[in-house]
Amino acid sequence: MELDRKLEILADAAKYDASCASSGAARKDSRGSKGVGSTGAAGICHSYTPDGRCVSLLKVLLTNRCIYDCHYCINRRSSNVERARFTPEEVVRITLDFYKRNYIEGLFLSSGIIRNADHTMERVIEVARQLREDHQFRGYIHLKTIPEASPALIELAGRYADRISLNIELPSQQSLARLAPEKSLDRTQDAMGHIRNKILERRSAKADGPKPPPFATGQSTQMLVGADDSSDALILSRASTLYTGYGLRRVYYSGFSPIPEPSQLLPLTAPPLVREHRLYQADWLLRFYGFRVEEITTQTAPNLDLDLDPKLSWALRNRTAFPVDVNRGSREELLRVPGLGVRNVERILQARRYTRLRLADLLRLRVSMKKALAFLVAADHTPVGLESDTLRLRFLPPPKQLELQFGPPKPVQEDFLSVRSGEL
Amino acid sequence: MQTVVISPSFEAWRKSARSLLARGVPPESLLWCDDPREAPLFGAQQETAADGPVPRVPPAFLDLARTAAAHTAPQRWGVLYQILWRLTRGVQKHLLQMGTDPDVYQARQWCKAVGRDIHKMHAFVRFRQTGVDPATGREQFVAWFEPEHRIVRLATPFFERRFASMDWSILTPSECAHWDGASLVFTEGVDRSAVPDEDALEELWRTYYRSIFNPARVKVRAMQSEMPKKYWKNLPEAPLIAGLISGSQTRVEKMLATEERPAKPAPKNAYLESLARRNAAERGEEPPPREIQKNREQGAT
Repeated sequence: MELDRKLEILADAAKYDASCASSGAARKDSRGSKGVGSTGAAGICHSYTPDGRCVSLLKVLLTNRCIYDCHYCINRRSSNVERARFTPEEVVRITLDFYKRNYIEGLFLSSGIIRNADHTMERVIEVARQLREDHQFRGYIHLKTIPEASPALIELAGRYADRISLNIELPSQQSLARLAPEKSLDRTQDAMGHIRNKILERRSAKADGPKPPPFATGQSTQMLVGADDSSDALILSRASTLYTGYGLRRVYYSGFSPIPEPSQLLPLTAPPLVREHRLYQADWLLRFYGFRVEEITTQTAPNLDLDLDPKLSWALRNRTAFPVDVNRGSREELLRVPGLGVRNVERILQARRYTRLRLADLLRLRVSMKKALAFLVAADHTPVGLESDTLRLRFLPPPKQLELQFGPPKPVQEDFLSVRSGEL
Repeated sequence: MQTVVISPSFEAWRKSARSLLARGVPPESLLWCDDPREAPLFGAQQETAADGPVPRVPPAFLDLARTAAAHTAPQRWGVLYQILWRLTRGVQKHLLQMGTDPDVYQARQWCKAVGRDIHKMHAFVRFRQTGVDPATGREQFVAWFEPEHRIVRLATPFFERRFASMDWSILTPSECAHWDGASLVFTEGVDRSAVPDEDALEELWRTYYRSIFNPARVKVRAMQSEMPKKYWKNLPEAPLIAGLISGSQTRVEKMLATEERPAKPAPKNAYLESLARRNAAERGEEPPPREIQKNREQGAT
């Protein structure tokens, strides 16, 4: 098979993994070496495809043959998709050729499971070994690992990679048993715990003490959204467990979208991509804004509001917490004001030591005034209508023109596009 | 009113600003000009001598000024001097912590635009291989890029760190950078025709770009906010964009119309059998004998 055709198949097979980050690696570069490559704190997106996703890494599978049967996956053994396999040398060559032309930050390598977990893992590691040892490649490497692979192999993968990941895929064992019968939530989390310990071991090594072998600086995972009936509350509490209990750097949410080769166990639907967007917003609230899952979703509304962002939703449900005075409120209080981001809060705290902040000052900080005005007090502003029943309506997208018709509205072309794009 | 003529660089501004500050010239009595063609015939001055003590400013100001200086806005020299004046003569030592101050806000906006331009240069430069140096064996690459601001000197050290083992040149209309393994050299800007048209690898890159695109989720606005159209003309993958968007609908309809595949029974594989046993044990069930397991999978469809 031609290299071009292999790349076509094995990139197509890899595109359902949402992870693309190339950030957070240890600082290293190519000066004084025979190779190429550098990594630093921030990653770079070298291109964007019309699906809005960035192209940062060469994201491919080593092979799309697989003995597992995960029904959301195009590469499961029940799929009739065309199969291909790269040799390690081929992946190494494409990675270096692309890297030298500044198309990519590095490689994100994954693989279908062939023969068994260890055999598959060994082949993936061999690519990373060649890049690092034979070609002195200092660019970014992200390796997908397998929970059932032996700890020694996961340690070896972590030695060559900047980031390693294990996909949890679904938030409950019940869903996994139905849709990914070979996988186990417990085994995945155990393997994540092992990786977390290795990362911590390396990070907490004393400068003058014995140094443990190099290890990746972070791990991430992906959860599919919309393939099972899990609520957003369940998805977010799983994510929260992974952040706090397993030290994950990132949880990616991937809206289940139509794939070629659909399974009888999982009929295709086109779910609203805006759900995925809301989950990312909620994820940010968990990690950077001091929110807890029980605040973002409630027992009566276990799913996020698709019309409004989760912070605004929370504020509307908890109006007694407002208004917050921009000149007096604590950091924690300011972080909960809709329209104020983390950086804005820092700038407000800094600037108000020297001046009384007015609306014009907030405008210069690029605060989202439409949201913030209703919830905060400034030197020249007091909000009105905080208790009003119609406050929510102020933030909803403008209503479409009403038509005289009885029965459910027929979807029009725009609805379909908006559902697919998640653009409201 | 005094007109100060400088070349458009941070160093030139710094030299003049030091001397003006030492002489106590207030910002409101100055006009800055960095284009000799626009300088008045009479009354223009070149600041050279810097007398008096060198003013002390927070290090953050130097970073701010160096970055903002790369912007193309003609007012930047005056605003930077105004900030410098307020930091030193105006005794507003904390000025930089006031992101809401109009001068600081303006300078930060310039820095943000310059920072974005640098970031996009790091992202969208595309090297084309021109050959291999027969003497050193080093691969040689050339790229063409059109930055919005005067960022070549700020942006190219990144390429030195990343591509130290290659010889490369990045050509732009305003300034060019060249690396030969020993030093980074800057020369005058050139015309686009100095760059080769193709690189054999670009076809493989386009194959990748085409294949990594998911037609089931089209978000054109998200793409364009990060990769504005002005960059497209120098990106080898950009000519594919229109076709990928227009073909996506048909591809999704085809997926939705595909007949659903039944689950295939597990192949005979010792590892899969061991997984099935572990999964059953974790659920507290008796492991199913192989034959039954097979039937259940077929029945599950």
